[in-house]
Amino acid sequence: MLVITVREINLPVVTGLGKDINKNGAISITMSRIITIDSIQQKVASLITDANIELNSDAFTGMKNALRVETNSRAIDILSILIENAKMAAEKRKPLCQDTGIGVFFVEIGQDVRIQGGELQALLNGQMSKVYRESPFRLSVVRDPLLFRENTNNNSPAVIHWQIVPGDRLKITFMPKGGGAENMSRIKMFNPLTQVEEVKDFIVDTVKLAGGRPCPPVIVGIGIGGTFDYVAYLAKRALLRPINEKHSQNDYAVMEDDLFKQINSLDIGPMGLGGKSTCLGVNIETYPCHIASLPVAVNLQCHAHRYKSLTI
Amino acid sequence: MLLSGTIYTARDKAHRKLTDFITSGEKLPLELKNSAIYYCGPVIDKESGLFSSAGPTTSSRMDEMTEPLLTAGVAVLIGKGPRSEHVIASIAKHRAIYFSTIGGAGVYLADRIKHAQVMAFPELLSEAIYELTIEEFPCYVAVDSHGKSIYSR
Repeated sequence: MLVITVREINLPVVTGLGKDINKNGAISITMSRIITIDSIQQKVASLITDANIELNSDAFTGMKNALRVETNSRAIDILSILIENAKMAAEKRKPLCQDTGIGVFFVEIGQDVRIQGGELQALLNGQMSKVYRESPFRLSVVRDPLLFRENTNNNSPAVIHWQIVPGDRLKITFMPKGGGAENMSRIKMFNPLTQVEEVKDFIVDTVKLAGGRPCPPVIVGIGIGGTFDYVAYLAKRALLRPINEKHSQNDYAVMEDDLFKQINSLDIGPMGLGGKSTCLGVNIETYPCHIASLPVAVNLQCHAHRYKSLTI
Repeated sequence: MLLSGTIYTARDKAHRKLTDFITSGEKLPLELKNSAIYYCGPVIDKESGLFSSAGPTTSSRMDEMTEPLLTAGVAVLIGKGPRSEHVIASIAKHRAIYFSTIGGAGVYLADRIKHAQVMAFPELLSEAIYELTIEEFPCYVAVDSHGKSIYSR
């Protein structure tokens, strides 16, 4: 960071510099970090490709651990095939699952970053379309959700979550989100004084009602708090935390453990055909909320748990 | 169980088209009598035309369109996840069978599909009907021909 202290002179306007007057009357000038669209195109393309091919290491380890505790022969059989599938996909560089999803990006932009040479949103959609058409991956997006369900033929547009953060970094995460597990997700606006057990029951029931449909063993992303829209975002973001990392607040970490045990005693098992491994992980994300509200969202993720991040 | 032989892919849109053909009494673009339907929308390799990733999709989305196909002679259904009571009863009535295969095992299953050729509705891209030759394709009997379901444990 470049800091220049000046007195009684006028600074010329310089592109790429931001100036602030600090409390002593001095002007500090912070150099913006310039990131060009050209310089990140290839990196974004690789990110999208890899995210479709490589199973996350936490899910891979989770399945190997599940295999160790399973006694149901079908469950053992299925988990072994899923582990083999992940290895085959990585070796052959083929998509882990034929449902290469709707694209979901999480973008964190440092407030000292300037993007030059094009639009970042167009870059993300453009590279996704290019990768999906050229690889090829399955084109799974329709232009209109209700009246004209016609394929866009390029998997575009993605759903993009933008976040402005301190610093001069740009972090891009890509998650191909399949339809099967997404369809089984639920949201509920509870009364604010609802007992904790009732909220937990709603979460466990979501997995129970889904049964074999979302491709268990699933990862359960849970949002609690915020607003109707924000709680769904929290649930999705919860899926980005490695399943072997617990919530930072102990009470919620205990709740995650407890839900994990309850869900794995439902005897849904891999593909709903019975067994102890119904979920690989339970992640809760929380946010303050209105005195009248208690929003809860459960976003299910199939065992083909995959996303990739890059930081520039 | 390991299945070998010829099956057809059909998912949401292909089901709607087939049931529309059946309702209107038009000639079907493929023979459904004693056929096997696989609920799958694959990733297709551009050069070889083979499937590179081809696991099942969620069967229950096809529930409302299943009975007309069974009535038309479909004998085997392959997908993943539970079926409605109505479908289970219909499977028993027609002495059909519903297999679950392994969702998410896209590359593993594609490896056991030796041949793929578009049969109908090519405009549906991945949702078109393909004729497949499968070899030792792993499946579990999920609803048997007497209507016994693995999911009602």
